[in-house]
Amino acid sequence: MGRIAAGLADPVHDAQMQFRDLLWAMSRPGSVVVLRGGLPAPPEPLVPAAYALLLGLVDGDSPVWLDGDYPDASQSIRFHIGARTVAEPGQAAFAVVTRASSLLPLERFAQGSHDYPDRSCTVILQVDHLAAGAGLKLRGPGIAGTARLEIGGVPEGFVPGLQANRRRFPLGVDLVLAAGRSVACLPRSTDVEA
Amino acid sequence: MMSELPLLRARWLQALAMATDAEAEWFGQSFGVDDAAFELLRAPEVGLVMARGRAGGTGAAFNLGEVTVTRCAVRSGDDRVGIGWVQGRRPGRARLIARLDALLQSAPALAVDAAVTELEAALAARRAATARKAAATRVEFFTLVRGED
Repeated sequence: MGRIAAGLADPVHDAQMQFRDLLWAMSRPGSVVVLRGGLPAPPEPLVPAAYALLLGLVDGDSPVWLDGDYPDASQSIRFHIGARTVAEPGQAAFAVVTRASSLLPLERFAQGSHDYPDRSCTVILQVDHLAAGAGLKLRGPGIAGTARLEIGGVPEGFVPGLQANRRRFPLGVDLVLAAGRSVACLPRSTDVEA
Repeated sequence: MMSELPLLRARWLQALAMATDAEAEWFGQSFGVDDAAFELLRAPEVGLVMARGRAGGTGAAFNLGEVTVTRCAVRSGDDRVGIGWVQGRRPGRARLIARLDALLQSAPALAVDAAVTELEAALAARRAATARKAAATRVEFFTLVRGED
């Protein structure tokens, strides 16, 4: 049986602040946001930002997929959130990819439907580092002109995968990149160039 | 996860939830709760639980009503997870129960049993006193239909 990690120390305020931070990042693709509030020490192999966002966003009605067998993470999710973990990535509302290098093709995750495009999966991708100002070129809603985002540890074919995801708009997945305490987002509305 | 708690653990969780503040304090002191270190897994949290009942005639289950409950979870220094649940908005009590739950899992069973039995006896005495007071106010109704005086 896995070891349960601590939950948010001040669940109401921490979850609200961190949700606000995520909204900021999602609406301004390319910005790197450091989550405010308390971030509990996460269970292996989650990073603090990914774990805190799971605690704040996910509930018993949102199935979660993890990219491997992680007893501590599964046990903590079950204890604090009551979410069901699913075996198939396509069944998940939230997918956690703990090593960006092993990211599945984005089509494997729930894409939403034309009636309910929001029923797609939100993919939380743990990366090595995030830095604004260099790296991939981003354009689109929420970006004045262009923005640049450097992402450490992305897999082969990451940019073509994002471009294919973009073409599926309004369907497709939204990505939340997590490194340490920081997040950056790549919603399906963003055009990405290498 | 526990689907069935060992009997003693179920008894101490119940007894601590129903104890008076003085009894709970005494119990905590007896087992050194203030001297031990704990990691807070879930800070005391107030929420609602739907209480279910069974209808008298048919035995069908129904929702009786929502009950306010406070819960807490801690981990002790020797890696035991303790949980505390209590009715009402009582973060202090929930935290105390969680800490004791963690400590008692590695405490000598005889001492725990004795202390829990004391709490249970005090609770039974309180209930008996309430029942006596209520019984003293009972009024017997006699009706023509019953054919009594």
